[in-house]
Amino acid sequence: MVSDTLPAGAVSRRKRRGTASKAPRGYRSQNSATRPASRWTLRLIAVAYLFFLLMVPVGLVFWRTFEHGAGVVWDSLTTPAAIHAIQITAETAGIATICNTVFGVGMALLLVRHRFWGRRLLNSLIDLSIAVSPVVVGLSLVLIYGRFEPVGRWLDNHGVQVIFALPGMVLATIFVSLPLVVRAVAPVIEEIGTDQEQAAYTLGASRWQGFWRITLPAIRWALAYGVVLSLARALGEFGAVAVVSGNLEGQTQTLTLFVQEHFQNFDAVGAYSAAFLLALIAIVALIVISLLRPKEDS
Amino acid sequence: MAIRVRNVTKRFGDFVALDNVSVDIEDGDLTALLGPSGGGKSTLLRIIAGLELPDTGTIEINGVDLTLLPPQRRNIGFVFQHYAAFKHLTVARNVAFGLEIRKKPKAEIKARVKELLELVHLDQFADRYPSQLSGGQRQRMALARALAVKPEVLLLDEPFGALDAQVRKELRTWLRRLHDEVHVTTVFVTHDQEEAMDVADRIFVMAAGRVEQEGTPDELYERPANDFVMGFLGPVTKLHGDLVRPHNLDLITTEEPGSVHARITRIARLGFEVQVEVEIDGDEGTTSTWVQITRERATRLGIQAGDDVFVRKADRERVSSTLAPALA
Repeated sequence: MVSDTLPAGAVSRRKRRGTASKAPRGYRSQNSATRPASRWTLRLIAVAYLFFLLMVPVGLVFWRTFEHGAGVVWDSLTTPAAIHAIQITAETAGIATICNTVFGVGMALLLVRHRFWGRRLLNSLIDLSIAVSPVVVGLSLVLIYGRFEPVGRWLDNHGVQVIFALPGMVLATIFVSLPLVVRAVAPVIEEIGTDQEQAAYTLGASRWQGFWRITLPAIRWALAYGVVLSLARALGEFGAVAVVSGNLEGQTQTLTLFVQEHFQNFDAVGAYSAAFLLALIAIVALIVISLLRPKEDS
Repeated sequence: MAIRVRNVTKRFGDFVALDNVSVDIEDGDLTALLGPSGGGKSTLLRIIAGLELPDTGTIEINGVDLTLLPPQRRNIGFVFQHYAAFKHLTVARNVAFGLEIRKKPKAEIKARVKELLELVHLDQFADRYPSQLSGGQRQRMALARALAVKPEVLLLDEPFGALDAQVRKELRTWLRRLHDEVHVTTVFVTHDQEEAMDVADRIFVMAAGRVEQEGTPDELYERPANDFVMGFLGPVTKLHGDLVRPHNLDLITTEEPGSVHARITRIARLGFEVQVEVEIDGDEGTTSTWVQITRERATRLGIQAGDDVFVRKADRERVSSTLAPALA
């Protein structure tokens, strides 16, 4: 994001200078399509929109967090409940992202390189998981794996608890971030084609070697992008996890659930500290993404 | 016999890419598969490489039946039209790829890569990435990469198809010289008859999934088996319904036995060569044809558009679809 706005600004600065000095005719007329007044209005609206919608709220969270100093923040983030929430969030998001990465690359390869009956249906179904409200996702998981449903009961009898436990939370998180890796990787797989892999085969590489040595390096930036996006989405998941986790403090409470509970219990510092941590992770993720993006071009 | 293809048929859905094709390629030859696109030549090459499986038929290389063997185990080198360069690896690592897969000792790989990069004149570019090379350089790198593993046969699929005309000509001359040095049995696919005639020892003309004719460039040009081969290997025109090469026709200003009356409609002076378009009155109405003569001859005749002339077959004329003995 940050790197996106910088070049745009640089370009418009150059353009303005060009108009003022003796620019070639074509250059000026191209520029005069938008007059200065309307250009400034548009810019103002865009900035104001982002300011009130995004910067003020996030800025306020940061400000409120550190209102009483960093020590309080540290204390509230190191309570057993908070540490457990951080751990469980990392675990859930970590497992979900690993699953999404493996599944995402496999599914993208399948969708791009193979033509089979039901391919388009499968293609749309993948997006469905991100289109459906997370709460619905959570409820549907309860309907299958709940202790009083056939599948859930059978699993329970074999000692596996899904709902109100980590497996359910992981499932819910996978579900809501399912297409992110697929969608990031598929266009690149399409673009690189199969020539490089086939060349590797003719040089003696096995399919596995072809994948590891040729395909994976070719898609690495797109894959990293998808993984970061998927991880960010998984860390911030609330609705689906809220339904399937049961929100038990110190057991199945993730950071987002922690924020909500502490906010409702008027523990402003606890809520804001955890919210700050989530926002910080998101910002770091965005920076990583913007660093990965330009590399894709080269 | 280096490569023996027997009764190979390949269908893609309803489309018959190869229709019971049998081909023998001699050891050490540089062979061209020539034909229009969709004629099956690339499919045949990919079947020899193991990148496609034939529906029926067999492939032998040096006496070993490897119809069902995957490309990894055929010991072939393959060069793709669009280079298929490994973009994330340097030129040296690209060339080393096959050797690394075979787990050769590091020192041996290094020496072999150096040798090959010198062979293709890319030794200064060893540490560059493919994106920093021109098209011609990339294709030479791809050739070095294919040759690194010492393949029994080298297969090239339209190797110069993506390059501009100038580089194309340079590279094909270079390929011919390389082949004379390395002497590996080589098959390349092309739709450019000039390229095939220039480079190949033997040519297989393919169309609609069949081999129309095989032979040396001279044999094909002098004695084409049918109108298709004749038309594909050079310019043709018709005289009295017979297919002839325009340079095998001549113009004269006075009638003599065997010549026919014609009227000049257009003269195109293309440099050394002059194309004269004429209309001939016959029993079945007026037919048009064209004659290729030298600039010198055109000047000597002093012809202009609208002139009445006579067309005859030149003394060297020997091609006529009805007279040429078919080569099997």
